[in-house]
Amino acid sequence: MTLLLAILIDGLIYASWLFIVAAGLTLVYGVMRILNMAHGSFYAIGAYAAASAVGWYFTLGLPAWGAFAILLLAAISAGVVAGLVVERGILRILHGRDEVIMVLVTYGILLIFEDLIKLIWGIQAYYAYQPYGMLGRSKIGGLTFVNYDLILIVVAALIAGALWFGLNRTRKGKLLRAVIHDRESAELVGINVKRLFITTFAIGAGLGALAGGLAAPAIAVNPGLGIEVIVLAFAVVVTGGLGSIEGALVGAILIGLARAAAVNLLPEIELFVIYGVMTCVLIFRPHGLFALPTARRI
Amino acid sequence: MPEKNFNITIIAATLLLITVGFILPGWLTFLTISILAKALVVVGVAVLMRGGIVSFGQGLYYCIGAYAVGLGGKFLGITDLLGLMFLALVAGLVSGSLLGLLMKRYREIFFAMFSLALSMILFGVLSKSQLLGSTDGFTIVKPTILGATLSTDNANHAIYIFACLLSGIVIWLGQRYLRSPMGFAGEALRDNEVRVEYLGVAPETIIYTKYLIASVTASLGGGLMALTLGHIGPEMAYWSQSGEFIFIALLGGTSHIAAPFVGTAVFEFIRTFALELAPNAWQIILGVVLIFIIIFFPSGIWSLFSSLKEKLRSGESGSPSKTPSVDLKKGDS
Repeated sequence: MTLLLAILIDGLIYASWLFIVAAGLTLVYGVMRILNMAHGSFYAIGAYAAASAVGWYFTLGLPAWGAFAILLLAAISAGVVAGLVVERGILRILHGRDEVIMVLVTYGILLIFEDLIKLIWGIQAYYAYQPYGMLGRSKIGGLTFVNYDLILIVVAALIAGALWFGLNRTRKGKLLRAVIHDRESAELVGINVKRLFITTFAIGAGLGALAGGLAAPAIAVNPGLGIEVIVLAFAVVVTGGLGSIEGALVGAILIGLARAAAVNLLPEIELFVIYGVMTCVLIFRPHGLFALPTARRI
Repeated sequence: MPEKNFNITIIAATLLLITVGFILPGWLTFLTISILAKALVVVGVAVLMRGGIVSFGQGLYYCIGAYAVGLGGKFLGITDLLGLMFLALVAGLVSGSLLGLLMKRYREIFFAMFSLALSMILFGVLSKSQLLGSTDGFTIVKPTILGATLSTDNANHAIYIFACLLSGIVIWLGQRYLRSPMGFAGEALRDNEVRVEYLGVAPETIIYTKYLIASVTASLGGGLMALTLGHIGPEMAYWSQSGEFIFIALLGGTSHIAAPFVGTAVFEFIRTFALELAPNAWQIILGVVLIFIIIFFPSGIWSLFSSLKEKLRSGESGSPSKTPSVDLKKGDS
């Protein structure tokens, strides 16, 4: 029973983190048809920005709770700026290219960012552990959890809710859904697709960086972070169905729980299980769980 | 006629490379073997690309080949160069023919993602298996050749000669494949799958063949790399390794079977010097070059040769040998 609870809560914590990373990735794919490898870089940039901003904040001697505001602000703004630079600087030129080509282009961007991050922040690890311990711990059914981790679940739920509301209940969101459904028709009825692209990409990059920022207090922020994270995010969005927010949510929960079960029961298969889930889903649903049907090109 | 020319060129090039091997310094011998080993993997990636398919998981077979060699020496007690490489070949063939049954149903981005997942599974398994040295991998002793135990230098030279011969054979067979009906059907597949089906060729068979070729060349490359480096580890199956293979395929171009060899040579030489000069900017160079190639040079380095050749002929023969590349395909959106 305790084990089951541990798996459930650990799984949900991991799933929340996965969802925040994957949501931005799948949103950008849905709207722009770009499976953005550089999303991993946005995550890393968010983590580095948050870690250095939090470190700097604590040298000021201001009230400690302000660190959370600084963390969010630093991560999101760094991500949005990086996203805008990438979209305006490179991707703008290449809109409408083959999807696989765009994967390769964004792979190039990922490689560039890997070294840029090293040049800016150096190769030693950054730690921003203070916010992680500040919120204390709580006991659930005899198990101790760090409150910071539990709040991550709330944050992920809030983001999922906000995305759902934004896409389904606002004008901008409805326009976006029209573009996701059929870009050409959306353009024909007068939607400014180019402008929506910029907004979407900025939001996607911001979400990726936010995930990095939120993870920063719990990890050592190292070079190579982006390369590690992006494949996990791929596993989530491909499992759920590329371009589907619900899919990302379900994929994240599925993979989160599977990994937590593996960690608690059979640690040897921890890494294996993430891609194992993805493989199983793809065997039976080649386009993922919530994939939109596509017509064959003749 | 061109067929005969090609045969002569390939035999001459192989013999030349073997001859040069006798005067090369040790480090250059080593570098050349690793270039040939990686190029073998890239040949497979390029063969897939010619069919419009990008595998983000060729590291899987690269690693399988390497571990086949490593395990063959460790547990089966095989030490012979030819025996070990045969083991790598069989491992690639068996795993490729099984997974190919699964992979042939996937296209485009899903093929890329699925192949990536499979290679990450192998990475995950290997990095957790204590018996095989976990993330550290293990070392491989230098092979014997036809029963003879050689000094390290001589063994390296034997591997070098073997690598040259193997590459020559792979190029020759690869060219025969690309000039066969099956090979041409593969190119048609890139343009339009439904029309290929109307012509009476099953796209799945084409992809299965390509996948099998790619898995065999990749495991041969992996085996060769293992013997040269003397050390293997799970990072051979990590996705960034597969990314490197794709990078080289695009750099060299996919229009000719030998293009991957040129691409890999350029790549390895640039890397050797870039790592000396600017170790922290190496990936920036890679990334910029990758984007540059995709935008301005979609047919890779090889297109320089073919356009030069055409200029020399200067319209004498009216065959504009179009160089195929993945980039020619426009998206459907």
